[in-house]
Amino acid sequence: METTTSIPIWKRIWDRLGILGAIIILVLIGIVVSFIQNQQVTTAVLSSTIRQSTPLVLGALCGLIGERTGIINIGIEGQMLMAAFIGYLANVYIGQLGVFSVGMTLFLAALIGIATGALLGLLLAFMSVTLKMDQIIGGTVINILAIGITGYFYQVGLTTQGKLQPIALGRLADIPLVGPVLFDNPPITYITLILVVVVHYMLFYTRWGLRSRAVGEYPSAADTVGINVYLMRYVNTTIAGGFAGLAGVFLTLEAVGSFERLMTNGRGFVALAVMIFGKWTPFGAWGAALLFGFATAMQTQFQFMGNLTIPHQFIGMLPYLLTIVVLAGFVGRSRPPAAEGIPYEKE
Amino acid sequence: MSEQSVEEGNGRSSSWLRRIWNTTSVPVGAVLLAALIGAAILAISGANPLDAYAALIKGSFGDSAAVGRTLEKATPLIFSGLAVAFAFKAGLFNIGAQGQLLVGAIVAAYVGFSIEGLPAIIHAPLALIAGAAAGAIYGAFPGALKTYTGANEVITTIMLNYVAINLTDYLADGPWKDTTPGNVVARTPKIFDSAAIPFVGDIPIGFFIALLMAVITWWLLYKTTIGFEIRTVGLNPHAAKYAGIKVAFTVILTMTLSGLLAGMGGSIETQGIVGRYQPGFNANLGFDGITVALLGKTHPFGVIPAALLIGAMKAGSSQMQFSADVAKEITDVIMAFILFFVAADMIIRWILRTRAAEGEKITLSTGWGK
Repeated sequence: METTTSIPIWKRIWDRLGILGAIIILVLIGIVVSFIQNQQVTTAVLSSTIRQSTPLVLGALCGLIGERTGIINIGIEGQMLMAAFIGYLANVYIGQLGVFSVGMTLFLAALIGIATGALLGLLLAFMSVTLKMDQIIGGTVINILAIGITGYFYQVGLTTQGKLQPIALGRLADIPLVGPVLFDNPPITYITLILVVVVHYMLFYTRWGLRSRAVGEYPSAADTVGINVYLMRYVNTTIAGGFAGLAGVFLTLEAVGSFERLMTNGRGFVALAVMIFGKWTPFGAWGAALLFGFATAMQTQFQFMGNLTIPHQFIGMLPYLLTIVVLAGFVGRSRPPAAEGIPYEKE
Repeated sequence: MSEQSVEEGNGRSSSWLRRIWNTTSVPVGAVLLAALIGAAILAISGANPLDAYAALIKGSFGDSAAVGRTLEKATPLIFSGLAVAFAFKAGLFNIGAQGQLLVGAIVAAYVGFSIEGLPAIIHAPLALIAGAAAGAIYGAFPGALKTYTGANEVITTIMLNYVAINLTDYLADGPWKDTTPGNVVARTPKIFDSAAIPFVGDIPIGFFIALLMAVITWWLLYKTTIGFEIRTVGLNPHAAKYAGIKVAFTVILTMTLSGLLAGMGGSIETQGIVGRYQPGFNANLGFDGITVALLGKTHPFGVIPAALLIGAMKAGSSQMQFSADVAKEITDVIMAFILFFVAADMIIRWILRTRAAEGEKITLSTGWGK
């Protein structure tokens, strides 16, 4: 006890949080300062940050659940695209039945979209576990398949009864800045924030999480203690697919409200980057996604303000350059799960 | 074991034929099975599969113009496929072939339209080399970032793709914009004829350059010390380091050469097909390179038939859309299944009862750049 008390409290906090804590504090100070200067813009940029980051967080969660269990998933883009499409079609056709309310229709459509993502996750598991196919090829198959199927069955002129609307959380939504940014969002945005915490808890504090990580790091050891490596990989990749499905559904049922060809526009790949950036942890991915979302929001804001001397393409590069700079400057080397990408052969 | 020795005893010609059968049965079987699945999807959605496929084949191989179109579509894919396959050999996943290709394409265009009065024998190679060099520099960058800061090339190349899109958009709509009266779209001026890479009849000369580059890539990978080092780093960077190979240098070199191949593909697209740089004209050529590389089992000579196959489907899909009224995305679906069946070769080998050739199993994904 003597030794603990002799260390000053600020030092203990610093040791605990380190450079990350310092960055968070700086960001918070920055937000407060900018809020004092311009309330409206700050609120708009931060709300947009949350919106932009949502599909990326979900995609990254999909990626990391799979990779923690040893399955590389570069098919997130395809899973998102297909789920966005099927979820949208479900919204259209269930709506046409006229049996359910708008809210119920959207809920069912979202479930169908999530199931679509999960189904593609199952396909990825089948390819990489049962067929022992190269996992990068497996993901690429999903990506091309999704582009092909959504493009082939795409129809113009479909109408829906609406999209998911923001739900204000009572008094909380009235708090300046924090309220509109955090407590006045559509449902999938809330769910995403909850999922980050849930996945973190599940991955690091439950038996399932420990087993998953064991399978991803050292499958033969996991096998000897009686963990079913194949089953674990199947289950996790399928669940993870559901996360990508939710990301896709976010696009068609919450953000945009309709489907366009190739509308995921590389978000699945950016999510992959966000996952690696966040060092395969949910909170890390969330932070990386927020950074990316913030840069995207700033870009929109700059364009909105107009009369800028910088060409808009340079502002368009901002999120991507920022990611590279931060990655090269602060994050550096990251270590993927050891057994990822290697099909497991039972001895 | 004993069965194998009996087969070998049957004489050289039969084992030779068997070897061809063993290596071609899977791709051919994969194409046929994928076509069957495609036909089922077409039939379910109310189209006539026979009409659609007839139009697809007519549009890609029906006459010499169609064959020319197929080669034209295949040419950039050979380059981007080689770029991705080459990086794979060093264990690097270059998703950035797209960006490197765009940068190469616009720089080739710049050299092509800005310098006047050079003879074609100098101008065309100059533009080609300039584009290739631009791609090489753009590829070297993520390689250097990986080496010196540990930044994963998967992330940086994805990000650099978007940077390249913005950069080329800016140039084509800003300093390098076509100022011909009446032009409102973002594009560079047309390149001078002296910088163009012509056609021989219906066949683009760029196609032969692509074939040549495939041979050079193969030679570099399998017949030189550098190639040996690249492949060793790809198999096991730790062992490579222990054996005295400069891993850092090899990583940068591989990414540079990979970018060079992609950039050259962009040059040839500009000089041989488009005649200028125009945003959107080269969309997805780099991403398709990933598919081509995987379909070609990351071997330089595998890339050629893979690019031809995908090129043919691209060339024929317009004809199919026009005369059979089938959305051309069905070719993507077929492509996905071809890739699936080639990779899951055990399915076809089980159907055809053939055995795998030695060392044919492909593994690329041993993690993100370990």
